[in-house]
Amino acid sequence: MRNLWIFLNRYNAFFFFIIFFTLGIVLTIKNNAYQRSVTLNSTNKVVGDAYTNLNVVKRYLNLSTVNDSLARENALLKTKVLALQNIDTAKDITLRDTSGVAQYTYLSARVVKNSIALRNNIITINRGSADGIAGGMPVISSGNGIVGYIRDVSEHFATIRSLLHKDTYISVNIKKNKAVGSLIWGDGNFDYRKAYIKDVPNHFKLSMGDTVITSNFSSFPAGIPVGKVSNTGIAKGDNFKLIEVVLFNDFSALQYVYVIKNKFAKEQQALEAKVPDEQ
Amino acid sequence: MNSKLVIINVVRWFILLLFQILLLRSMSFYNLANPFIYVLFLLLLPFSTPNLLLYLIAFITGLTIDAFYDTYGVHTAACVVLVFVRILFISVSVSRDNFDEPEPTLGNMGFKWFLLYASLCIFSHHIILFFLETFRLTEFNYTLVRSLLSSIFTLFIVLLIEFIFYNRKAR
Repeated sequence: MRNLWIFLNRYNAFFFFIIFFTLGIVLTIKNNAYQRSVTLNSTNKVVGDAYTNLNVVKRYLNLSTVNDSLARENALLKTKVLALQNIDTAKDITLRDTSGVAQYTYLSARVVKNSIALRNNIITINRGSADGIAGGMPVISSGNGIVGYIRDVSEHFATIRSLLHKDTYISVNIKKNKAVGSLIWGDGNFDYRKAYIKDVPNHFKLSMGDTVITSNFSSFPAGIPVGKVSNTGIAKGDNFKLIEVVLFNDFSALQYVYVIKNKFAKEQQALEAKVPDEQ
Repeated sequence: MNSKLVIINVVRWFILLLFQILLLRSMSFYNLANPFIYVLFLLLLPFSTPNLLLYLIAFITGLTIDAFYDTYGVHTAACVVLVFVRILFISVSVSRDNFDEPEPTLGNMGFKWFLLYASLCIFSHHIILFFLETFRLTEFNYTLVRSLLSSIFTLFIVLLIEFIFYNRKAR
């Protein structure tokens, strides 16, 4: 027993290493798992508050840019309202009553922390479960383009798994011919202005500058502009194309985002959960 | 351990972590090289620190950085590896009899020793960090290049900081 103790003591650096390294790996794997029960991230009150307070100067300096983007968005919305007002309703035969079914509601949120330089980028916003945010909700930017999905939620903060993350796949359409593919970032491309669409079948003809929008299959509302095709069909040697897309959204200057609440999300999920796993 | 060393290290911890979180978090070269300067704190801990304390400090430092980077566990594991390499290297290269220097700084130990020490520790830290962050082997080459370039970047800034605060102890 005494010899064992001497042995352990002599090589204590190694045994401590094993213990602590295993702990670290366990934490990493837990964080990579889908079901996380971890609160030590930027949704944490202390960390979130620190980021909020530290970003004051940056926010102030960016006010004019934010103002411009809001004015532009306002102009766009006013144009849309005017267009709707000029519809001659008497001429229409049937009018669909859409007042009761606003499927999507938008909630604006301020970006507290953002990163674009890492392999897996996480954004923190200043809204949480107190504002009705839950995991998995889609997030778009206030200007143009998509941001990602809600990841972890605390009472007053939430983190977004940005598009610039290894686990983010978003189903998109090419607007012109409705070709469906999934938008990914990474796999050799680590420019925050670009992403790839994979799994578009080879027979679709695409050209530079084609608009890419979100598809019906994603949890985003369909038709949100994502980006423009900048390189059609990188040869991969199988039946699918790899398409490079320049994103509309500038991740480096993200200030305000919209979290989209889908009124029917629960209903859809409940229905889909009934389908037995047929794979 | 005297109280002056403790205070210096606590202050160093806060300064390096603030520097890392506020400035270096949003800094990179073409998404290839990200500097992680906070490891300098672990490199400069006094020789007389017991092993268990070293691991605990590394663990807590890693967890703090993880909380701010939203990478739970990745930095923690990398910091623990760094401390392991540190203990091995010091036990091999520094004889226990003449521990007259309190801290392994550039001024105390000389440029050659410090360069080897820092590059070994930083490289082992970064390689664990980037492979755990990517968490898949399909991007092996890219991750390797990334950890190499980041190590060089970090090493460069670490040496720069060490030269700025360079003071050879009067003998």
